[in-house]
Amino acid sequence: MADILIYAEQMDGKFRRAAFEAVNKGKEIATALGGRAIALVVGSGIVDIAKTLGAYGADKVLTVDNPVLKDFTVSGHGKAVAEVAKKINPAVVMCAATATGKDLAPAVAALLNAGVAGDCTGVEVQDGKVSVVRPVFAGKTYESVQFKTDIAVISIRPNVFQVGSVEQSKEAPVEDAGVTVEAGDVKESVKEVVATSSGMVELTEADVIVSGGRGMKGSENFAIIEELAVTLNAAVGASRSAVDEGWRPHSDQVGQTGKTVSPQLYIACGISGAIQHLAGMRTSKCIVAVNKDPEAPIFQIADYGIVGDLFEIVPAMNEEIKKII
Amino acid sequence: MKSIVCVKRVPDTEAKIVIQGTGIEKSGFDYVLNPYDEYAIEQAVQVKEKEGGEVTVLSIGPKDTATQIRKALSVGVDKAVLLTSDINGLDSSATAEMLTNELKDMEFDIIFFGKQAVDGDNGSVGVQVAQKLGLPVVAKIVEFELNGKTATVTREIEGAKEVVEVTLPAVFTAEKGLNEPRYPKLPDIMKAKKKPLEQKEVAAVESKTTVVKMEYPPSRPAGRIVGKGVEAVSELVKLLKEEAKVV
Repeated sequence: MADILIYAEQMDGKFRRAAFEAVNKGKEIATALGGRAIALVVGSGIVDIAKTLGAYGADKVLTVDNPVLKDFTVSGHGKAVAEVAKKINPAVVMCAATATGKDLAPAVAALLNAGVAGDCTGVEVQDGKVSVVRPVFAGKTYESVQFKTDIAVISIRPNVFQVGSVEQSKEAPVEDAGVTVEAGDVKESVKEVVATSSGMVELTEADVIVSGGRGMKGSENFAIIEELAVTLNAAVGASRSAVDEGWRPHSDQVGQTGKTVSPQLYIACGISGAIQHLAGMRTSKCIVAVNKDPEAPIFQIADYGIVGDLFEIVPAMNEEIKKII
Repeated sequence: MKSIVCVKRVPDTEAKIVIQGTGIEKSGFDYVLNPYDEYAIEQAVQVKEKEGGEVTVLSIGPKDTATQIRKALSVGVDKAVLLTSDINGLDSSATAEMLTNELKDMEFDIIFFGKQAVDGDNGSVGVQVAQKLGLPVVAKIVEFELNGKTATVTREIEGAKEVVEVTLPAVFTAEKGLNEPRYPKLPDIMKAKKKPLEQKEVAAVESKTTVVKMEYPPSRPAGRIVGKGVEAVSELVKLLKEEAKVV
């Protein structure tokens, strides 16, 4: 079969934007293969939101609605997705490469004995075969991967693919997938979910990121980064040096041992541009660098640079941007 | 409490990667223990220090991976098993299968992995091994606490932290921030040389994926320095609005 099965990630009854990106990309692949885009929603009490995926391109939506699947667990959601895949035998099982999707894809692949490729930034169909492009060595190189198994399991990097044109009024037919997951199948138990983002935008999902590095000279100085971030509705990022100094939490780190991001706009302040940092942000659409050293490597990949004192420039940028938005 | 830590050697993160065919040129840089594996090792050693027991490192790689394994043996790991195989470019499925075959015959309460190897960046082997062994798994943990046979761990997701409980035996993959890996002390480096490191030649398993092309990322068009100091700010913001259309 040439159908595409797309796990549409939701939390507390709300889809992530990355889920819409996955459904839209899934539809595109399905069209190229001559199959259907079948979205799959796994959780508890999720039937009502399932039909909305039609607006993003799903031809049909399957649900596995079960209280034991309320929270994501590798064993629970992994089994649900694998069982559905066994029933409909798709060419591709895909999800967004979020924290959850990155754990789900290999679990499903192992259960299906299928090949898996994570965090893909390209998916192509040629002569009826699916291949993917994915960054390796944190983006220092990109590999193209083909699958030897009938089912390919992939996760796609958030913020790289478009949500596409949304037809709000288009609802997709919803069907119970008819698979059983028992309480005993769920081997991990989620005790508590604590919000950490405190209203700030999450790094990997952000359209704009303002990042600070060693040039920030101290955690207290990140206030100017945060102010600019608020103005731009941006997430705050940091280089490895800033994290290693203890100025920012590790969850803010962008780069090879941190997060890989692809925002529309990335503003690097006091970041020299070590190769491991560039690896994590070079796919940003527009890069702005502010650094006092005109020789800093960051200027080689920045679209726009300003040489000078970030402690003057960043607040000035904030004031100037406030005037126009 | 017996822990096994699965580790991989990878090119140093500062290494310049040069493409050769569908792979990379394997010279001109140093190999290191995968940075995330260091957090996994540290956690296993902390468990041993608190609960007693032992820590074994398991790896797949060429014979000279022994160098990186000795480093693990110098920070509290007791013994190591290195599976050597003549095949290059195992994919994550094949790696997981080969590790699983070995793990089936080993005794353990906990298996730790780094959350991903910083070469292939799949972050997939630990989860696959857990499925193949039918064990609970929590990936990318930043906190770990053990109470008898129950592990309470914290996993970071977008905008939230999840506290997850599992009963051992279980698999965990370590995220940066889980702990502060210790540095080896000189006497420990000496002792590490005498610790058991078993090398086992194993048959390679066929990969389920094939790399058909390796490329450098598309080069970014040359950028420009808009100017110096605060005087350049208004011009920059104008460019962001009118030319790049990102604000």
